[in-house]
Amino acid sequence: MLHFLRRRVTVAILVALTVLTLSFLLTRLSGDLAISIAGPNATQEDIELIRRAYGLDRPLWVQYFDWLWRALQGDFGDSYFFKTRVARLILERMPITMTLGLCGLAIALCVALPLGILAAVKENTWVDRSVLMVALIGQAMPSFWLGLTLMIVLGLNLGWLPISGTGSWEHYVMPSIVLSFSAIPALMRLTRSGMIEALASDYIRTARAKGLSRLSILVKHGFRNAAIPVVAIAAVQLGFMLGGSIVIETVFALHGVGYLAWESISKNDFPVVQAVVLVLALIYIGLTLLSDLLNAVLDPRLRSA
Amino acid sequence: MSALLEIDDLRVTFGGTAAVRGISLTVEKGETHCLVGESGCGKSVTSLAVMGLLAKGGKREAARLSFAGEDIREYDEKRMSRLRGDRMAMIFQEPMTSLNPAYTVGSQMTEVLRRHRGTPRAQAVDRAVELLTRVGITAPGLRLGQFPHQLSGGLRQRVMIAMALMCDPELLIADEPTTALDVTVQAQILRLLAELQKDLGLGILLITHDLGIVARVADRVSVMYAGEVVESAPTAELFRAPRHPYTRGLLSCVPVPGKVKRGDPLGSIPGVVPRIPPGFSGCGFRDRCSFAEAACAGPLPRRDVGPAHEALCILPEGVPA
Repeated sequence: MLHFLRRRVTVAILVALTVLTLSFLLTRLSGDLAISIAGPNATQEDIELIRRAYGLDRPLWVQYFDWLWRALQGDFGDSYFFKTRVARLILERMPITMTLGLCGLAIALCVALPLGILAAVKENTWVDRSVLMVALIGQAMPSFWLGLTLMIVLGLNLGWLPISGTGSWEHYVMPSIVLSFSAIPALMRLTRSGMIEALASDYIRTARAKGLSRLSILVKHGFRNAAIPVVAIAAVQLGFMLGGSIVIETVFALHGVGYLAWESISKNDFPVVQAVVLVLALIYIGLTLLSDLLNAVLDPRLRSA
Repeated sequence: MSALLEIDDLRVTFGGTAAVRGISLTVEKGETHCLVGESGCGKSVTSLAVMGLLAKGGKREAARLSFAGEDIREYDEKRMSRLRGDRMAMIFQEPMTSLNPAYTVGSQMTEVLRRHRGTPRAQAVDRAVELLTRVGITAPGLRLGQFPHQLSGGLRQRVMIAMALMCDPELLIADEPTTALDVTVQAQILRLLAELQKDLGLGILLITHDLGIVARVADRVSVMYAGEVVESAPTAELFRAPRHPYTRGLLSCVPVPGKVKRGDPLGSIPGVVPRIPPGFSGCGFRDRCSFAEAACAGPLPRRDVGPAHEALCILPEGVPA
């Protein structure tokens, strides 16, 4: 277990360093930052001034290590547009994105797990096939399109929910539903295939031979084993959802980290973009590590390995 | 007083394939009845059909299927589940995979008692410790807290047996309980079953393909071939005077020291168990039988050929010796 843990943590750190480097390089590759900051009407002198003021005249590797050193201390510099600390901006917006992600995940699990189990129990019947069809449609549907459709139906036509903004809990309902759709198909399919495998196993036959109740056979003995990969994927899906919230927060004008990223990209506020990419990636790495740990906790065979 | 388990004309089909074609047998209280035959002859399906554990698509029919005098043919899943694990228990061939990897031995053992008797946890644990000791497991307290993957195959099968005994069943169905185990462990498990039977008065239906096991533990033997019982007799009688060509063939496959000379070819039965199509009639063994005649394709007589000894064959006195 300790060996397993050490290996996973090492990998996570290496991936994090790679992401740090990439997020630095990608913003530099997108063009001359001084020119884009200065705007279209700037003179050559203005650009030179900006280049010096922001330290962009230094060699790239100096900029990189300077940035890396500060980033490791949690200092992402100042936003060019908002004129505040980037770290503070992100911290302010994070609770909104987290709420959205967790609500989305909760909805996804509430839909995917029962449907997956149902499909497995009714394997190869019309129930199973309709569930799989729903999964397919869910996977094929672009989230911005679903978002707009929900806005029209629930917001405009029925008037049940606010269309956009960040005020009450009602503002989270539609974005959470849309976000959950990105996770439901994978979770459902994994639950279904895991359950089918579990239900065909010898230990389920034993559970039946012991005369256990149907609920105990399905949930305690079947789902407990099928859940191991599902829990792991759910953690990873949450990472995807936090990253994917860029589109959804923009569509619903929900002022979370995703919306911040979109604003900063359109305003060439590259310290913010860099930091948002980094923070989302680090969260994702953290969640992947968490999913490995959850796996080990749930599977006694891994625990003692 | 009726037998513990009475099966008459049990038939099981999967889609178009007949897996069990009308078998009849009884298991008395305190008796070990062995069901022997090659792989694919329907032994396991028979045992699963009795327990009501047939896989999806399996259909069961019987003229009589009674357990302790109760007709269990029309029992629904709920009533069957009340019997299973409580009054009739089963152990399987695959000790490595038959325990749930996610739960400790203790949790899996105690849940049987909690389900059927509502026994409080502490008492159920005491019972589990008692039975683990009974099946020869040392340090039972430690084992209760362990997961299946921490135990060897022999230990797991002992756990399975102990688990099957949690509620003091009247009938134990053991489907090849020792096949996956090495020979020394095999002997221990068989001795254990025999002891338990003597002490608890269990009726055992033991399914095996190993005639050595049959000779050691069975009171009565039914030989199965292609979904039918082709010969049934008390153990000593069967080994002394096998009447059906298939039984004789099976016995000739076993090397007996002193009887088979070094260098002599060991007996074998050519061919494999056929897949029986629906509407098949006559003897399922006729294509592999060296005594087959035209009459073998017609209806077969089930004849008494000795004391409590029946065979399903057209040869009136069985195979000439």
